[in-house]
Parts: sequence; structure tokens; C-alpha cells
Amino acid sequence: MQPHEFPQIEQQLASVFERHGCEANKLLQILREVQEIFHFIPAAAITCIAAHLDVPRTRVEGVAGFYSFLSLKSAGEYRMLFSDNITDQMQGNPELMRYFCHKLWLEPGKVSEDNLLSVDSTSCTGMCDQGPAALVNGWPLTNLDHARLDLIAELIRVRKPVCDWPSLLFEVKDNIRRAGTLLGEPFIPGAALRATLERGSAATLAEMEASGLRGRGGAGFSVARKWSMCRASAGEQHYIVCNADEGEPGTFKDRVLLHSYADLVCEGMTVGARIIGASKGFLYLRGEYRYLLHQLEQVLAQRRAAGLLGRNILGESGFDFDIEIHLGAGAYICGEESALIESLEGKRGRPRKRPPFPVTHGYLDQPTVVDNVETLACAARIAAQGGAWFAAIGTAQSSGSKILSIAGDCARPGIYEYPFGITLQEILDDCGAEDPYAVQVSGPSGILVSAQEFNRCIAFEDLPTAGAFTVFRRGRDLLQLVQNCAHFFAHESCGFCTPCRVGTQLQKKIVDKIANDHGTASDLEELKQLGHIMQTMSHCGLGHTAANPVLDLLQKFPDAYQHKLKKLAFEPAFDLDGALETARNITGRDDAWAHLP
Amino acid sequence: MNEQRKIRLATCSLAGCFGCHMSLLDIDEKLFDLLAMVEFDRTPFTDIKHCGPCDIGIVEGGVSNAENVHVLKEFRKNCKVLVAIGACAITGGVPALRNNIDLWDCFQEVYLYEGGLEGNQIPNDPELPLPFDKVYPVYEVVKVDYFLPGCPPSADTIWKFLTDLIEGREPKLDSAMLRYD
Repeated sequence: MQPHEFPQIEQQLASVFERHGCEANKLLQILREVQEIFHFIPAAAITCIAAHLDVPRTRVEGVAGFYSFLSLKSAGEYRMLFSDNITDQMQGNPELMRYFCHKLWLEPGKVSEDNLLSVDSTSCTGMCDQGPAALVNGWPLTNLDHARLDLIAELIRVRKPVCDWPSLLFEVKDNIRRAGTLLGEPFIPGAALRATLERGSAATLAEMEASGLRGRGGAGFSVARKWSMCRASAGEQHYIVCNADEGEPGTFKDRVLLHSYADLVCEGMTVGARIIGASKGFLYLRGEYRYLLHQLEQVLAQRRAAGLLGRNILGESGFDFDIEIHLGAGAYICGEESALIESLEGKRGRPRKRPPFPVTHGYLDQPTVVDNVETLACAARIAAQGGAWFAAIGTAQSSGSKILSIAGDCARPGIYEYPFGITLQEILDDCGAEDPYAVQVSGPSGILVSAQEFNRCIAFEDLPTAGAFTVFRRGRDLLQLVQNCAHFFAHESCGFCTPCRVGTQLQKKIVDKIANDHGTASDLEELKQLGHIMQTMSHCGLGHTAANPVLDLLQKFPDAYQHKLKKLAFEPAFDLDGALETARNITGRDDAWAHLP
Repeated sequence: MNEQRKIRLATCSLAGCFGCHMSLLDIDEKLFDLLAMVEFDRTPFTDIKHCGPCDIGIVEGGVSNAENVHVLKEFRKNCKVLVAIGACAITGGVPALRNNIDLWDCFQEVYLYEGGLEGNQIPNDPELPLPFDKVYPVYEVVKVDYFLPGCPPSADTIWKFLTDLIEGREPKLDSAMLRYD
């Protein structure tokens, strides 16, 4: 694209620039809006943004090239992205995508000749309980079937703007099947803040300590410790960040918390802000949940009007705090807290070296707390109801309850809240899992559990989880699951460190080779070695966990792959004779030397 | 060593530049020490055409055509330990630069646009090795036991690697030997 194709670009971008100012850390937010206006990032816009923010052009292009939802080439007026999470796959998304492409004479990944639309796949969109799902220009489509795709094709053909499409297509249900103390009990906005102000910050921190609350993002770090370390760190400003970059495939609990419990989450952030001494907070909302943005802005406005955000909160002089929503743009790695902070600063989502940890050097190098959505909701409950109440729920090392996002082969997929310590068998009975064979706990980066282990329980001391709980019935091809995970990690690796960048690609290649019936014993050995290298040598959690599905499969589910293996020490991944076909056609040869056995 | 059977060693270059072989020659006077320990089977030095049963096979270069596969499979069948040496054998290297170009475009460029001795035609003699659609690294075609990286690996690196292997140690290269800048 040449600049002359957008002669008005400076005028068109003026309002975007006005809204975001000229600080370089607004780069990602500016790029997102440019993407929404033009459906891609024109080269002229990159030049214009670089001049406006006074940063090198390469920096703008580097960021634009990093995030999946930003495209440097035109992707059409309509961009359909089918979710390729394993649950969407099991619900038939690959066939639906082929049907849709065939209907519109399209090839996946290519823009139609009239530049009207493009179709592609994307990582899990967080609609596993109501799939098959897709995104159209960033808006979620649920419960897809042939009839709905026919309707969508027609809407696109007549060029109806997405905002005027029937709302039924975009319906997202909460599907709360089992509510516990966090989801079930009423909450009056302001209750936790009032209790905090009454009790004082130090005493509220002591309640957090007494509650034993641990981070719900999967790692399980003590919240009281994190908050007190940040509180004790010197800095010009302190920040609190809500990590709503729910990217782990199969997880969708934060979607429900932000949709129906946003007050509780914001209140948790505000309590945290009071304790660590922050006057500014960010809610990092994953790009896939952009549809929640307007509603969340409304919640923030209501809270400002009610004196729960803004200056002198609840009349307490000097208690100033406000929350800004920052939208992601399709990058799993940004769920890692230091990559999230980089992204907040408008950079590529590349994990930082740690230490120093965010509690001392986070956003803009200032002391920063990053907590999961569910953690903050728990913190609000604890501030209101006390630590002892919370500690009485759950197990010794895992207090409170855990929200699970259950999907896959079960009659009632959705949101289930359980006290920690619940066994997998009880959960499987509740959700109506028929003849379950395996469960993936906590998504691809988690643990693949076999039927022999269904007496294990959800708790930090046994099976820690960020919330995903995907059920597979007997007869499901677990190799397909592992192949899906391998492709996911290869796509989502940020490319910074070699063990992960190369390791995830090699892992994908070998798993594909086995799935395509070319695998041998030496490939299994290679996968194990590769897994060990990624686990021990990678820069961040993505690489450390990227081999989990493969290693669990090898160890626990030999039946899933052994019949695929050749009875040889080694076989090439490709058809040797087939690779000579092109040259045979060109030369017209068909002699014995032009073939390989 | 004198009473024992000598280690048999074979080497070949597939789609490579023989640079790794040149680097092996760069061990200079240590070639005498090497000859005391090994006996060469098929190599460019001996001009033996086919590889017999060997202990160590060293393969330079990627897999670019059908003949490369025949040679490589013969090596794999006959060598107890197979080593891929150099960037081309390990990743495809320089010859693999053609992987982004359509094979038909390559043929046209070479044989049709610039006329050869016999006019503009694509050769089809069965004696010419038939090229693959792209260049493959050695490990994608046969099982490889060791990878010796470098373009080429230095003479010292090759010497250390070979002596380790011949003397029955797991080859160990320190980081200086794997550093190229």
C-alpha cells in the first residue's frame, strides 16, 4: 500500500490520536483502533503513528506484526476467524470452516478477490461451552451451524455492517451450573471497600494473610505476600493490574466474571490499590473479549458516580484510584505477567527477565501487582467477610473455592464453582460426562489426566489449575488433542528464546509425523529429549509447559499412538518418491533412477 | 590399538560444498594420528564407490536429489554411528535457499532462458540425479545419531569430536568450539 492510497489518513487518525495522546505506551491501543477503522494497518498509518508518537517506524511495525489481530496486509472488510480450540474442533469447526469457504469460493488465509472478506482460524476464543465459535471483525459468534453460516454469508454478501447483524448470532450465555461462595452470595458494591477503610490497610492485609488466598492464574503465589512486597517497594507510583488475558485454551471463567461480576472484580482491584498504595489500575482485557468493553466501561462509570472510583473514594481524603481498560490483540503470551506489562507499555509481548519481579519493577519500572480476575474477586470477598471465613473453605494449602470452565464431552458444559479438594470423579458426575477417558486440567499447559487418576483432586497440593477442565470420552483421538496443543504452542511462542521458538516447531513437526502414520520409536525418543530441553532451557512459562501434553500422552496413553507407529527404527516424515514428482513432470523422465522405493 | 581391529570410517558429501571435508584435512599433521586409529572406507580420499560395513559414517550436505538418498541410505545401513556434519547436513543450509523458489522456475532459469551447449532444453538423461521439490536436512530422511554444527566446524572441533568417538567417550564440545562470531 502506498501513502497516496490514503490521502486523508492524517485527518482520519486525528481523533484516535486525540483520544490516546502522544505517549509511546499507547501504541497498541492506537494500532487496535486503526485496525478497526481500516480492517488492517496501512503502511501510511504506520508512518503517521511513528511521527505522532516520535518513535522509529520499525518499532510501530514490530508491534503491529506481533499481535494476531493486527494485520499488515488487507484482510478484507470482514474477517472471519474460526476458533480452533480442541473443543471447537470436536464440535465440528473444521468442517464448518470448509463449508463456509466452499460456499463463498474462498481459500482459508486468503482474501477474496473483491477484498470483501477473509477466513482463517484463531486460538481458543473462550466460548468452549457454546461452540463451535468464531470471531467476525473481533465480535464473537457462538453455536455455529450450517444455517447460521448461511445467514452470515448472506449478511456479508449484502455488505451489512457487523453492528447491524441479528443479536442472536452474538448471544453469549454465562452457563453458571454450580455457584459457591464466590458466585452464589450477593455482593453490595462498596461493602469490601467500607470494611477495608474501617479496618485499615495493615489489618486488611493481615486478613488476606489469614485467608491463605493464592493466585488463581495457576501458579498459586500467596496474594498477601505479593501485596505486601509491592506495598514495601519504593517507587514514584504503584500500579495494580487485573490480568484478564484469559488465553489458556479451554478457559472461560473470567469471561463470566467480567460479564456478571465486574463490580466484585473492580472492588478487589480497589482494595488492592488501597493496600499497596496505587492510584492507577489497569484491566488488561484479551482482544477476544472486546465485546465486553462497552459494558465494563459502564460499570466503571457507575462506580465513579457512586464514589467507588475516582478522587477521595467513599469520602476518604487522599484515597484516589481509577481503572483504565487496556485491550489486548490476540497473543497468548501476554497472559504471562511480565509480557502483559510489556504489552501494557505498548510493546511486543515479550516476557522480561526475572528478577527483578513486577512487585518492585513492573509497569514503567514501578512497583506493580498483577493478579488474575478470579483472585481479585476473591480478595473483595475476603475484605468484606474476613480471612477466617475464607480459610475455612477448601483444603489446608488451598483455601477457598475454584471456578472451573468445563467443556468437551459432557452433557452440561459451563461454569462450576467448587471448594478446593473436590475430586475429578465428583466433577465428572456433576457435569454429566459420559464414559470419560481423559481430562485435560488447566489447558495445554496443564496436566492430561487418565481415568486411573480420577480420584485426584483440584488443589494446589495435587492438581493446580487456572480453570480449564476439558473432558474426553472413550473413543476420542487423544493424539488429535496433542497435535492441536503442539500447533497452538508453535503458533503462540513469542520467538524470543531458541529452545521455545525452535523446540515448539520441531515438536509440532514430529507430532504431525506420528499423526500422519510415519512415526517410529526414535521419534518418541526425540519428543522426550525435546521436551526436556524446552522444560529446562526456555525463558518463560510458555516454553516450560509446551511439552506437557506430549509428555503426558507418551507416559499415560500409549494406546493413543502406538498403533500409528511403524515397526521400524526410523521413517522419513515425507513421501520420498512423491517429492520427486515435480522434477519427473518437468523432465518427462520415468526411468528407474527417477523413482525411490 | 595395534592388536585391535581399526575403527572403520566412511565420509561423503551430498548437497554440500566439501568445505567440511576440507576442514577435516585442516587437522594437518594429526592426520597421521587419525590414520593410526582408523581405516577409511568410502571417502573422497580413497575413491571407494560404495560403503561397506563401518563403525562411523560422516555425512556432509543436505538431501537434494534421488542419488543423495541412495548414498545416504547405504551409509545408514552400513554405519553403526551416523554423524551429520555442518550446516547443510543439519538444516539444508545454503542449497536449501532454493526451497522458496518453485522447481519449474529454477529449471527454466537454468536451462531455458540461458541456452546451454545443446540449445534450450531441459536435460532428461537417466544418469543425472533427479532433484527433489526442495532440499531436506539429513535427519528428515534417515535416523541421525550425532550432529556436528558449524559452517564448517573447525578442524579442532572435528578432531575433538572424532577422538572422543573413537576412544569410546560420549563426544563433548565446549562452548568455544560451538561459537562462531
